[in-house]
Amino acid sequence: MRTLLVWLAGGLSLVGSSQAALASGWNMPVGVTDLSREIYNLHMVIFWICVVIGVVVFGVMFYSLIRHRHSKGAKAANFHENTTVEVIWTAVPLLILVGMAIPATATLQKIYDPSDAELDVMVTGQQWRWRYEYLGEDVAFNSSMATPRAQIRGDEDRGINYLLEVDEPLVLPINRKVRFLFTSDDVIHAWWVPDLAVKQDTIPGFISENWVNINEPGIYRGQCAELCGVDHAFMPIVVHAMEEDEFETWLAERKEMAAEEALGVDREWELDELMERGEGVYGSICASCHQPEGQGSPPAFPALAGNEQLLSDIDWHKDTIINGVSGTAMPSFRTTLNPVELAAVITYTRNAWGNDTGDAVQPADIAEQLER
Amino acid sequence: MAPKVPPQPTLEQSSTAAEAGHGHAHEAPPKGLMRWLLTTNHKEIGSLYLIFSLVMFFIGGIFALVVRLELFQPGLQFVNPEFFNQMTTMHGLIMVFAAVMPAFTGLANWMIPLQIGAPDMALPRLNNFSFWLLPVAFGLLLSTLFMPGGGPNFGWTFYAPLSTTYAPPSTTFFILALHIAGISSILGAINIVATILNMRAPGMRMMDMPLFVWTWLITGFLLIAVMPVLAGVVTMMLMDINFGTSFFNAAGGGDPVLFQHLFWFFGHPEVYIMILPAFGIVSAIIPAFARKRLFGYASMVYATAAIALLSFMVWGHHMFAVGMPLVGQLFFMYATMLIAVPTGVKVFNWIATLFQGSISFEPPMLFALAFVVLFTIGGFSGLMLAIAPADFQYHDTYFVVAHFHYVLVPGAIFAIMAGVYFWLPKWTGHYPHERLSQWHFWLSVIGVNLTFFPMHFSGLAGMPRRIPDYALQFADFNMVSSLGAFLFGFSQLLFVAVVILCVRGGKKAPAAAWGDYADDLEWSVPSPAPLHTFETPPNYQRPAH
Amino acid sequence: MSDNEMDTQGAGVRRTVWRSVAALVGMFAFAFALVPLYDVFCRVTGINGKVDTNAQALVHDNMDESRMVTVQFITRNGSGLPWRLDVETRQVRIHPGQTSEVNFTFNNQSGAESWGRAVPSVSPSTATRHVRKASCFCFEEQRLEAGERLELPLVFQLDRDLPPEINTVTLVYTLYPVDGKQAPLQAAAKTIEGDEA
Repeated sequence: MRTLLVWLAGGLSLVGSSQAALASGWNMPVGVTDLSREIYNLHMVIFWICVVIGVVVFGVMFYSLIRHRHSKGAKAANFHENTTVEVIWTAVPLLILVGMAIPATATLQKIYDPSDAELDVMVTGQQWRWRYEYLGEDVAFNSSMATPRAQIRGDEDRGINYLLEVDEPLVLPINRKVRFLFTSDDVIHAWWVPDLAVKQDTIPGFISENWVNINEPGIYRGQCAELCGVDHAFMPIVVHAMEEDEFETWLAERKEMAAEEALGVDREWELDELMERGEGVYGSICASCHQPEGQGSPPAFPALAGNEQLLSDIDWHKDTIINGVSGTAMPSFRTTLNPVELAAVITYTRNAWGNDTGDAVQPADIAEQLER
Repeated sequence: MAPKVPPQPTLEQSSTAAEAGHGHAHEAPPKGLMRWLLTTNHKEIGSLYLIFSLVMFFIGGIFALVVRLELFQPGLQFVNPEFFNQMTTMHGLIMVFAAVMPAFTGLANWMIPLQIGAPDMALPRLNNFSFWLLPVAFGLLLSTLFMPGGGPNFGWTFYAPLSTTYAPPSTTFFILALHIAGISSILGAINIVATILNMRAPGMRMMDMPLFVWTWLITGFLLIAVMPVLAGVVTMMLMDINFGTSFFNAAGGGDPVLFQHLFWFFGHPEVYIMILPAFGIVSAIIPAFARKRLFGYASMVYATAAIALLSFMVWGHHMFAVGMPLVGQLFFMYATMLIAVPTGVKVFNWIATLFQGSISFEPPMLFALAFVVLFTIGGFSGLMLAIAPADFQYHDTYFVVAHFHYVLVPGAIFAIMAGVYFWLPKWTGHYPHERLSQWHFWLSVIGVNLTFFPMHFSGLAGMPRRIPDYALQFADFNMVSSLGAFLFGFSQLLFVAVVILCVRGGKKAPAAAWGDYADDLEWSVPSPAPLHTFETPPNYQRPAH
Repeated sequence: MSDNEMDTQGAGVRRTVWRSVAALVGMFAFAFALVPLYDVFCRVTGINGKVDTNAQALVHDNMDESRMVTVQFITRNGSGLPWRLDVETRQVRIHPGQTSEVNFTFNNQSGAESWGRAVPSVSPSTATRHVRKASCFCFEEQRLEAGERLELPLVFQLDRDLPPEINTVTLVYTLYPVDGKQAPLQAAAKTIEGDEA
């Protein structure tokens, strides 16, 4: 009931002061790029044109319904065609459409501007996370939803950014043209951030591009917009736009982190260490299909707990995780995970939930296999 | 003004025709179930289609209510995402292929022979066959829900590779079901086109045909043109899944985007297949209750044909976010915007018919008027969606869901209900219960708007479609939508009540049940229409007004 | 109705039915014809970054030295193939009309022979038909012995009439396994050879 009242009140305020109400989650966001503003304005212009046409058309209609009622003794007129009128109501809409098409074409042309970008980011959709690679910078990471499953089930209170929070946001500089290259590892996804007015399908095997030039620093949230399977609702996008120097610092830190991680490859890892790291990787990457307890959901996603082939054939196990399985939802993690993460998650799945093989797969071995 | 044929001769026709002995139709029909299984009578088959579609409307509706129940609040409360996806998919498939399309075919079966003065459909036995394919097809489709891995879960648009490489094992049965349903529609369409082109009463020219007949003729052509393309697409899917081809698989040199081009080449005309006959129904009802001849009959026909032709050139507007070159985007944007012109002509014609009429508000009229208003709202959002740059923000959000539900629920389905209320006196000999019909109408109108209007807002605010759970800012909109959906869903039980009551009794209806301006040939035969009508073709006389 | 009228009506119905059936068959065939037509259409218009899978002749003596274009190379791994695909350089800067050669390395890291294919894609799509490949590993499927390492060149040039607003062209190659061409039993026997190699 309270909700209904809120809604009705919102409806009234919409009539009262449309701009104010529209800015508060009832309308398309204005966004933070020149193009998003232009698209918003285009949207509003066309909306108001539709409103005006609607008022005129429905006005005439309701006038007739009220004034020409049979019960009030209205006598029907006898006309049933009028060429002049018919020509007018064909020609006028045509002119209005031309009026709409001109600004729409101009905006579209700006979207298709292929001029040089200062930063290239490759965006890869994967069931059900995003991978961002800063081309030429040796920085790449996965971005998975951070909202705990307990919140989805309702066991915990839902946070303000419920379903719209990730472990690693995409970090971008403001005031620089950033070019995105989109592709997918499995099915079609769509990368959409309303505030950036970018929505682009990611298509397996093919590449497409788009770009942004963000005007204001901030955190902008979006979601996958193309049905991509079970967890389609759970692959949000978070873009953290920052000042250019701040971005440079961040980029340098990421490179350092990657270098440190690379150093860890060569040392000997304890089973416990690998298990701890592996649990984290499993939770963010594997659990959505194979389930938190490794029970899977057959037939699409096989169980890992007690999986005979996994337990008996370590090479097959490594190969499956590194290279994936063609024609299934199991992707190749060769580039998505680094050697430490690969070794950790293999170790974890070989030792968790009663899979007590005792195998500790060393990152160095995995690295050797990848470089072979 | 008199009906176009005096009713008296028609009564004679049945007896004289019976003596002339036109074969099969007059032998004593088998009793019980076999009568319905073997019937070749267009009226009985029409009733079968309508009953089937009503049952499927409720099944698809239950699926929709499962979806709305889960979306009532944020979080996952009732179903898991896997089952949720099966529900959205099945809801779409059942409503499109098993509820709306068969309902129009049922109306066509019942009314087209009556409206053109033909004794039956051109191919009565084929007619029986095309109906009985439907229960087979949709029995099979519904059975996939109980198969291991569940039923189709990839949306009613079944984009590859989600529907091929990544699909559940039951997909082969889904494909088979679509094939059978497709064959049924194609056979139905051939039959209707053959009937319209060849079986008209002597003296009835094409431009004398009622608009329901015209719109169905054009719909029939659309079906014949695009159902084979759908058959082709699902055949390619079948081959990709089972025979190792790579039509849609990038790994084998195929292209997933090709699927979308092929699907929407079928899919956009399919949208008009579901709305053109609705235009025909509304064009019959508005003049009847405005007591005024339809404004611009000829332009209605041309506008319908124009919409049908344009429907083959606009499929790309479903794919603006795929990444087409600029030229492609512009072409599809302009072509799509053009559709607003003939559609506008239709709306203006209806309003000009109302203007200076003498209007009364019987149940069919209420639904027809709601159709005009709400379909036009769906048209406005359609125009907004046509604008490619803005579509980047609308695409695959609840704004799209709001749009197509506005044109399909208060559009196609309200028109079907208007048609049912309009022709029930002819079918049963009784008028529908007035008070109950009004309750049905008002609850439906309120329910539909509560359900679908907030979706415009949630979509614009950024809620993607086909998600079982959503961010907190969409909660209020979704709660209202869910309440509206339950209101709408349960008020359809009133519709069933009205129909059953009307079959059993009620105020007796004369032959011309809705007065002088419902004057097509069907109103010249008695109410209820006898099983066999127009066995001797009537002499068609052009209306005098 | 006279028999004569019945006959003409029956003939009319038959005619309509046969025409409809012809249209049906035509449209069904058309759906399949769209597959190659779409390929051709894509190549002509560059939709979807589809490239010609046949070698094209290079055009010499036609370099536009006033203009430099960046060509980026990206290699990706599809699932199910234990190979690595590397490119010797991430990007080159060339003039339109200039012939360029870039080496790609295929590396079968498994102990079995297998077949793979690198599926090409180009962005922006408007550049697609201006990329002229004289030789490319992507024209055909590759077979690699266990542990084999294979270096294959891409020889290409950009047309002089590459649209002037395009300054960067991205070529992406995604490795996919070729199904049905794996011979696991033979491969097992060859493992030792592969390791020695």
